[in-house]
Amino acid sequence: MTKKKKKTALVFFPAFDWAISPTHPEREERLLYTQDQIFEEGLLDFDNIVEYKPGIATVEDINRAHICVPDAQSVTMEPHLISAGGAITAAEKVLSGQADNAFALVRPPGHHAMLVVHGARGFCNINIEAIMIEYVRKKYGVKKIAVVDTDCHHGDGTQDIFWHDPNVLYISVHQDGRTLYPGTGFPDDFGGPNALGATINIPLPPRTSDEGFLYALDNLILPILDDFQPDLIINSAGQDNHYSDPITDMRFSAQGYALLNEKLSPHIAVLEGGYSIEDALPYVNVGIILAMAGIDYSHVREPDYNSAALKQSDDISRYIEKMVQYIGNQWKQRHAIKEKLVGSAKHAGRKKNIYYDTDNISEQQEETVRICRDCGGVVTIDSTADTGNRIFAVIIPALSCDACRREGEDIFEKTEKGKYRHVYLQDKDRGVYLAK
Amino acid sequence: MILGIDVGGTHTDAVLVEGCDVRRKAKVSTDASHLLTSLSRAVKAVLEGENPLKLRRVVLSTTLSTNAIVQGKVDKVGIVLPSGPGLSPSHFQLKDPVHFVSGYVNHRGIEMAAIDEDEIAGLASTFHDQGIRHAAVVGKFSTRNPLQELAIKDMIGGRLRHVSLGHRLSGNLNYPRRVATAYLNASVWETYNHFVGQVLDFIREQNISAPIYILKADGGTFKISDSAEYPVQTILSGPAASIMGVLSIVSCHEDAVVIDIGGTTTDIALFARGVPLLEPLGVTIGDYKTLIRGMKTKSVGVGGDSAVSVEDGNLKIGPRREGVAAAFGGPCPTPTDAMIVLGLTSIGDRQKAAEAIDAVAKEMKSPVEETAERIVGQMCGIIASHVGQVIEDVNNRPVYTIHELLEDARLQPRVLYLVGGPAKPLSANLGKLLGCSVFVPEHAEAANAIGAALARTTAEITLLADTERKVLTVPETGTQVKIPAHFKMADVIKAGEDMLRREAVNMGADEEDLELEIVESQEFNMIKQFFTTGKNIRVKIQVKPGLIAVLQ
Ligand SMILES: [Zn+2]
Ligand SMILES: [Zn+2]
Repeated sequence: MTKKKKKTALVFFPAFDWAISPTHPEREERLLYTQDQIFEEGLLDFDNIVEYKPGIATVEDINRAHICVPDAQSVTMEPHLISAGGAITAAEKVLSGQADNAFALVRPPGHHAMLVVHGARGFCNINIEAIMIEYVRKKYGVKKIAVVDTDCHHGDGTQDIFWHDPNVLYISVHQDGRTLYPGTGFPDDFGGPNALGATINIPLPPRTSDEGFLYALDNLILPILDDFQPDLIINSAGQDNHYSDPITDMRFSAQGYALLNEKLSPHIAVLEGGYSIEDALPYVNVGIILAMAGIDYSHVREPDYNSAALKQSDDISRYIEKMVQYIGNQWKQRHAIKEKLVGSAKHAGRKKNIYYDTDNISEQQEETVRICRDCGGVVTIDSTADTGNRIFAVIIPALSCDACRREGEDIFEKTEKGKYRHVYLQDKDRGVYLAK
Repeated sequence: MILGIDVGGTHTDAVLVEGCDVRRKAKVSTDASHLLTSLSRAVKAVLEGENPLKLRRVVLSTTLSTNAIVQGKVDKVGIVLPSGPGLSPSHFQLKDPVHFVSGYVNHRGIEMAAIDEDEIAGLASTFHDQGIRHAAVVGKFSTRNPLQELAIKDMIGGRLRHVSLGHRLSGNLNYPRRVATAYLNASVWETYNHFVGQVLDFIREQNISAPIYILKADGGTFKISDSAEYPVQTILSGPAASIMGVLSIVSCHEDAVVIDIGGTTTDIALFARGVPLLEPLGVTIGDYKTLIRGMKTKSVGVGGDSAVSVEDGNLKIGPRREGVAAAFGGPCPTPTDAMIVLGLTSIGDRQKAAEAIDAVAKEMKSPVEETAERIVGQMCGIIASHVGQVIEDVNNRPVYTIHELLEDARLQPRVLYLVGGPAKPLSANLGKLLGCSVFVPEHAEAANAIGAALARTTAEITLLADTERKVLTVPETGTQVKIPAHFKMADVIKAGEDMLRREAVNMGADEEDLELEIVESQEFNMIKQFFTTGKNIRVKIQVKPGLIAVLQ
């Protein structure tokens, strides 16, 4: 098999001296056997695979993507800054032209971290992809970005951050939320009123195997990407869809992950979850790295791989076909749906209850967005957590129109600190972050 | 007295070191097709009139294996690879056919597939029929469990002269490199052993009864009998000899750069706090990336005799060498000629040097002096930029812990040791470019042989304790022993130090002069379903490369 070789930057940072707690899945040895396998297969000796040290993300980097309560320093530790820094380094190598694509094999993950951060949820404090995305928008002026999240859990954090953003297409393929944490991510969750279709959720039934994933990829994800025409494709490369993962119930394999990566051909892949540290991660990561670098991966296989035993049922196949068709139709009608949904309203609002499982915090949010035809719309959030912190935030979106910016600045100006711990203003285009 | 010998590509050097002094030294040119002749001429020159019985040790650095590999004068090897799945077989292309066989172990050393005895027996017959007498057996992750390699050796060894096993050559992970290393070891084994026989005969004829050691690529020594088993460890010992020699002359304790400027090439090496820096995985020879522990050196294609030419109005130096400098009757202008013109050195025929540089000056349409300055400046610039790159490479080496990343220890050499013919003439220029104080050590022309003479025995051992499986594996010695479930880091280190001390003394080290260093120590909890089931403890210990004495 001859493939076109690509120059692949690998940011590998296993953080061997850090764990959430000694027996937590997110612990020191998580990438130990992955490191062994990468080293033993000699991947770093390939001329077109170059390893880089991760950078360290700054408070400024975090404040482009999050509203941290009370501030970024209080909700992050060095491991989070390095993990986000690793994602930024990966993006930096691609956008500066030093590499064709890049893989940030870093931990801890980030896709459950939402826009407002009161603490850690789903092993995540800050959203490393979102921080990377805001970094490349600010530094390189990248306009249209697609995130394909192949972690087994719905990336509710990434969805939340880009919910109103028509320029970031977030596609999540995950185990059905009725059967797994965080219990969200259904086909009708389709993006905010100004960004309908920019969020796509593909919940797959438990025990879906390679066949089902690749069906959704070929028949839904790739066609949508073709329509959307992103300047940059990012893979949130969670590996907990693997058949051996201890906390999920899917049947994806190393070959499946590699093939998905080859077809998707992301510019940047960022590791998310994946906790089968001995039986899956070593093989899945080798497969992904080879696929990204355009090197033959057809001989990569888990020692216990058995395609017959992993085959999905016909019921599952039929179910997926139907769902793919439903979501595909929604996508085609996204503009019409918007007209119907929005009507003549000036603003739209929603209420959210958010639970931080890792830190045991409950939060209530009231979010309002200005209906806008010219940009993602200015967003305001009133958030109260049972830590006693209540905050108010104004977010002026990336590529904002003048009207939304004026309205945002105006609201920030007029909102008194009063009952709030802080009132924040985040202006993505101007790189402004204020707190009072 | 110690006798140090370096049989290099161009010259063979011998020195006699007594205490902290170089008592005698000799240099003869190397006859590549009769290395023993060159060796005996150099040795006889320094031993003449000496009492050979007063010799305490003899250390030899030889280019034999290196030459055999680079020139492809190697034996056919039967390559047997129980590799399991992973990288495509197309990535394992060696000079001889590769045989992938059943069987492999995983990253924890657990057998995932058994070897097939009939398949191996078939291979043994094939090798016999093809007249193959040397084999290399290399399993993926065999450093984590050597049993399959050992079993295959038992099955095929009977009809072969020698079988090289992957796990014995290094404890580092990297299967393609392990395959290449074992292949190279097997391919030069016969040639090398023939040479060892000759050397031993010659030494006996000279009435020398002292133990004989061979220099390795890491600048350490091992017994000649051990070298007969692992000849590949002797590749690239030449540069290592020179670096150890410089170290013995200058007694350095800080970060430093060593530059050896030769006729055709310039070699760069680094000291980190006075210890020569090794390649993280292993040295590269020709097209082969290996797991041979060796010094990190970089060879740059410029030297004193590099051809200087003008291309499109630009000066070009090297990488060609047409012959000696014009000042010595050579065919074309060289940096050496430029140095002569500038009065930086007074060797050779000044007139001829000036004529050669004048020709370049005319083409460049600039005055002779200025042209000579530009040649020297450009040569130093090339060397300095490579030095900068090597330092940057080292400083950009990935780290895998938060502690190391935040600590960000960087190499910052402020001292430069310059050896080789043009060392003195170029010292001011290079020192300025690199921001270093420059030293041009004495006896540098025999640094290689001195380095060989004074090098310490080195060895390294890698230990993996898996307390869930209750197994301790040490690839370098091919051992796998049972350990109790409560085995701890301290126990692993203690076991490792004992083993390494024994090993090093067996290899010829002086028990009194053994400096052990823990290079790596990591400990991980193994957890199944939120319960700790054991520990995975990884330790690497080395005998620090160094010298048994420093010259005064
Ligand atoms: Zn997950
Ligand atoms: Zn707007």
